[in-house]
Amino acid sequence: MSELNEIMNPIKENICLPEFLVYERPDTLTEQEFHYCPGCGHSTVHKLLMEVVSEMGIVGDTIGVAPVGCSVFAYHYLGVDMQQAAHGRACAVATGIKRVMPEKIVFTYQGDGDLAAIGTAETVHAANRGENLLVIFINNGIYGMTSGQMAPTSLEGMVTTTSPYGRDVLTQGYPLKISELLAHLPGVYYVTRQAVNTAGNVRKTKKALQRGLEYQKKNLGFCLVEVVSNCPSNLKMTPLESNEFVANQMIPFYPLGDIKVPEVK
Amino acid sequence: MAKVQGEVIIDLEKCKGCELCIIACPEETLAIANIINKKGYRYAIKAQDNCTGCANCALVCPDAVITVYRKVEKAPKQAV
Amino acid sequence: MGDVKFMKGNEALSEAMIRAGCDAYFGYPITPQSEVLEYLAREATKRTGMVVLQAESEVSAINMIYGAAGCGKRVMTTSSSPGISLMQEGLSYIASAELPCLVANINRGGPGLGTIQPAQGDYFQSVKGGGHGDYHLVVLAPCSVQEMVDYVKLGFELADKYRTPVMILADGAIGQMMEKVELFPQMERVVTDYPWATTGRPAGKDRRYITSLHIQPEKMEEINHTLQAKYKVMQETEVRYQALHLDDAEYLMTGFGLAARICIKAMELGRAKGYKIGMIRPQTLFPFPTKIYAEVAPRIKGILDVEMNAGQMIEDVRLSVEGKTRVEFFGRMGGMIPSPDEILENFEKYFIKGS
Ligand code: SF4
Ligand code: SF4
Repeated sequence: MSELNEIMNPIKENICLPEFLVYERPDTLTEQEFHYCPGCGHSTVHKLLMEVVSEMGIVGDTIGVAPVGCSVFAYHYLGVDMQQAAHGRACAVATGIKRVMPEKIVFTYQGDGDLAAIGTAETVHAANRGENLLVIFINNGIYGMTSGQMAPTSLEGMVTTTSPYGRDVLTQGYPLKISELLAHLPGVYYVTRQAVNTAGNVRKTKKALQRGLEYQKKNLGFCLVEVVSNCPSNLKMTPLESNEFVANQMIPFYPLGDIKVPEVK
Repeated sequence: MAKVQGEVIIDLEKCKGCELCIIACPEETLAIANIINKKGYRYAIKAQDNCTGCANCALVCPDAVITVYRKVEKAPKQAV
Repeated sequence: MGDVKFMKGNEALSEAMIRAGCDAYFGYPITPQSEVLEYLAREATKRTGMVVLQAESEVSAINMIYGAAGCGKRVMTTSSSPGISLMQEGLSYIASAELPCLVANINRGGPGLGTIQPAQGDYFQSVKGGGHGDYHLVVLAPCSVQEMVDYVKLGFELADKYRTPVMILADGAIGQMMEKVELFPQMERVVTDYPWATTGRPAGKDRRYITSLHIQPEKMEEINHTLQAKYKVMQETEVRYQALHLDDAEYLMTGFGLAARICIKAMELGRAKGYKIGMIRPQTLFPFPTKIYAEVAPRIKGILDVEMNAGQMIEDVRLSVEGKTRVEFFGRMGGMIPSPDEILENFEKYFIKGS
């Protein structure tokens, strides 16, 4: 513990005991600190994913694929075996992994540019083949890594560095609801859209990830968990403001909830 | 009535001062400090000793720097 | 002794893939090599349990290769020129991440959509890296159906030995022609426990990750040095070529693959007319057999380089001889195949009549 922690965090010896522990950082996250900006939803989803992997006891059975985009370094943080894929190709790389290791649980972690722009073909066809993958899709409506360009999911009228007068749908296309699109495919088993802007939504996202991984454990088909997220730095907002943007602008267009759930037989 | 006592330990050097925990806490236990850590962020601190250990703060903390404890003491049964 | 069969080049290549204990094939149909996917779809899975998957594109196929190779599996894809262009990004990643895999390029005429006829215009994109950054594939150039088979086995061995992508650079004619071929016996599919392979984090050990991203320039330079050192070892130990009549040669003909095979015929015609022609046929285009060219250059009068392109390998031949002999070129393009007679005519034009 650092000096600051010692001074500011005096340990209450009667409470801070292992038997009273209700939350700690999952041990499947590596020691490395996230490079993400303060308040970024990527961090939250990384954390949730590793919580679920820890709780399910599937660390040794899970192989992940990192994208190109802000979460390109996901493999530095997620303490499972990982591969870093070329931009947009995560679903193809994951298909390669899963086909030769069908007994493993394989997930991809992708942003909106990676999954819904450059990687649309790979995503759609992996889904259509019903590949047994959990695809975690972070939709923050903007390109983060390249600093603030328009994403396929940017909202109509949204100002970005490449839509400086606001996204004009007549010339720049409409925001893409890829989850709804994929849900129509018969190979797709489970599609849900969640968010991490409030404690309640964080809980629901964790449940969705859990569900996705449980389905993967049984090889039931292609699962997609979309997480509507923020990008405070590129929206030029504080983290709290960016979460309000998620609540007031993003979620009304990208409504939360299950989009496709398995039929109960 | 059961007595609930909570406690949070924040890794202050790793906190990025995003304030998400502060908004998430139903008890208004947390606040942002006026001084900065080594990263240069004003970090989150306990402003009141009224934590219930609900773990909302830890759940929303993107950087997973909060540890939460919760101790529930059952009230002793009254003889009838 | 393996079986002796009469087979089409592409089918022999596919059969060799199955027999080499390949774990997975990912590919996309393109003429003139679609028989590979068809043959494998018919034969492979039922015989060895090998994974065969038709991808939605060559881009996808090569990235599936990346994923499966990253799990330490023996994997292969095949394509033809425009498809290989699409795979170049993936190959650069594979080379950088040091993953073993085998790719066959059944070269057709280009540029553009070009023609489906045989050509050798992909020398540059195969031998010189092809994608972005400083890297090489090991490139094997078969000139017969037999070599298609032999190079599948050799290709996998070299890929594993050097953790590198290996390419078999053939052409539409070798893929389509039928010849007698001796097949090696079925090998077992082995599970190798590579320390780098992502097969699920072993209990109590560090997890593995595969990446080609190194933001620190110092680290990226170090990775480049590692690759270059590997290529140097290959250049010293893995060069393969066929040499004919070097002892009495006053002239050389040279070429690779199908062009070399036709050259051998032209050389024989020339020798019958009394010209002392020898022949060098590189079997590895990378590493290139620089030394043998350098060795013979001072004692010969000239080299005729014959290719089915506008002159690509000739650059490496010229670099090898370092100006110590004349190097002339004859080539046909766009899917046209040179005849032994026209090769000899050009030889005479440059070296007999002109001198
Ligand atoms: S555990 Fe609950 S009550 Fe305690 S500080 Fe965190 S949010 Fe507030
Ligand atoms: S949520 Fe975490 S990082 Fe953000 S201010 Fe609170 S403790 Fe610090």
